Amino acid sequence: MQQASIQQFRVNLKSFFFVLIAMFMTSFSAIAEHAAEDHQEEEGFNAGEVIMHHVMDNHEIHIGPIHVPLPIILYSKEKGLDYFMSSHLTHGSSYKGYAMVHEKIYHVGPDGELSHDEHGHVVGERPLDLSITKSVFGMLLTMGIMLFVFISISKSYQKRQRMAPQGMQSFFEPLILFVKDEIAKPSIGKKYEKFLPYLLTIFFFIWIGNMLGLIPFIGGFNVTGNIAVALVLALFTFVITSVNGNKDYWKHIYNTPGVPWWLKFPIPLMFVIEFIGFISKPVVLTLRLFANITAGHIIILSFVSLIFIFNNLYGAGGGYGVSILSVAFSIFMFAIELLVAFLQAYVFTLLSALYFGSAVEEHHAH
Amino acid sequence: MNPLLPELGLVLWMSVAFLVVLFLLKKFAWKGIIKALNDREEFIERSLKSAEEAKAQMSDLKADNEKLLIEARKEREQILKEAKEMKEKILSEAKVTASEEGNRLITSARSEIDKEKNQALADIKKQVAEISLEVAEKVIRKELSDQSAHESLIASHLEQQSN
Repeated sequence: MQQASIQQFRVNLKSFFFVLIAMFMTSFSAIAEHAAEDHQEEEGFNAGEVIMHHVMDNHEIHIGPIHVPLPIILYSKEKGLDYFMSSHLTHGSSYKGYAMVHEKIYHVGPDGELSHDEHGHVVGERPLDLSITKSVFGMLLTMGIMLFVFISISKSYQKRQRMAPQGMQSFFEPLILFVKDEIAKPSIGKKYEKFLPYLLTIFFFIWIGNMLGLIPFIGGFNVTGNIAVALVLALFTFVITSVNGNKDYWKHIYNTPGVPWWLKFPIPLMFVIEFIGFISKPVVLTLRLFANITAGHIIILSFVSLIFIFNNLYGAGGGYGVSILSVAFSIFMFAIELLVAFLQAYVFTLLSALYFGSAVEEHHAH
Repeated sequence: MNPLLPELGLVLWMSVAFLVVLFLLKKFAWKGIIKALNDREEFIERSLKSAEEAKAQMSDLKADNEKLLIEARKEREQILKEAKEMKEKILSEAKVTASEEGNRLITSARSEIDKEKNQALADIKKQVAEISLEVAEKVIRKELSDQSAHESLIASHLEQQSN
């Protein structure tokens, strides 16, 4: 029975990879089309711009050749709340006194035009942009998947008490047990159950978010690779750590035990070092997740862009020739990114758990 | 387009949505899942332990059975031995009584025989006396005729009688 389900899982995984690779191949055409469309007026192909465009947040989703507009929600003190679809703001047109340049929305001046400074940069006030952007949509989608999956498997746990897991349950149970027994328990210790819901939530949010970003052809989400998302996650970890920090934890920062007194007085060297460590934890947590996921996207997109660059340089022959290598390399990167998707979720969760562990640890002797 | 600058809108969306999802998952998913997992873990542990106990009990029972069997075997042997002894004892006793009885019978038979013999002898003596008397009568009568004839007659009678 166990053997059979593992076998089944392997088969599923295999077909999953094939589907992924197939989707990836088909997405080339989508990227090509998009690139061509975006840069019709320009000479050549600007790989950097295309890549950044895909990595950054967007006010619309590109599903293949289709551009799906997303709702824009804006708030400013002068104009209050405004909402409309993003299709009104595409191609530089202004709507309701707003205009969008490089995915940033500005108030237009009284003449209906944006003002530029001498470098050609836009100057002007920006309203608070609460739009459902591509990343917000991806984030909500990830959370929706999580709610659906975990509430339904919780139900099946209630229905099938003390029985072997089944279906979706058997897919997620090893991961839940992994977070519980391999991350939370050894890093935090006795009090791990208090932090387990948070750790499970960030683990699956990051993992599913990362995987969502790897599915080509559905808009190229870069949820976890967006610095705002990574920052919020890191801040949650930081706040939970600080709230749960016991006397020993704080004492370790402002008056580290076990070091010579001259490291603390007259210059509080130890305090400065400990304080930098305290602040840098959420910063590195943010940057690690953001950089790893974004870099993966950039590398894959770069390999794909090579085809168009060579196409422009040496004609169609060059493009086709390079595409063989490009496809091979991007598939290789894809496989690595699947690993990285899991690894980054693991690392983020593990570090959070370690921080919680240090916050609640009882020091007896140093 | 600086990817290092977080957009405030996304930060707000993420914070609010994450808090809501964390709360919902904690209440409706993780609590039940963790409880079920812990329950099952405990149940499996308990089942394994009780299985181990049952195994120990089983082996105890087996040992007990073996002991009982050995005892039973011993008892059987004992009983058999006793029965054998009893048989022998009964047999020997029977032999003794039989021989005693035989002896008794023999002695009683002997005494009977003796009695009969004595009686017979007494009878014979009586008859001899009678016959002697008869003979004496006859002899007396014959003496009247022939002395020698009397003597031969007595002799022949005596011979006949003694035969």
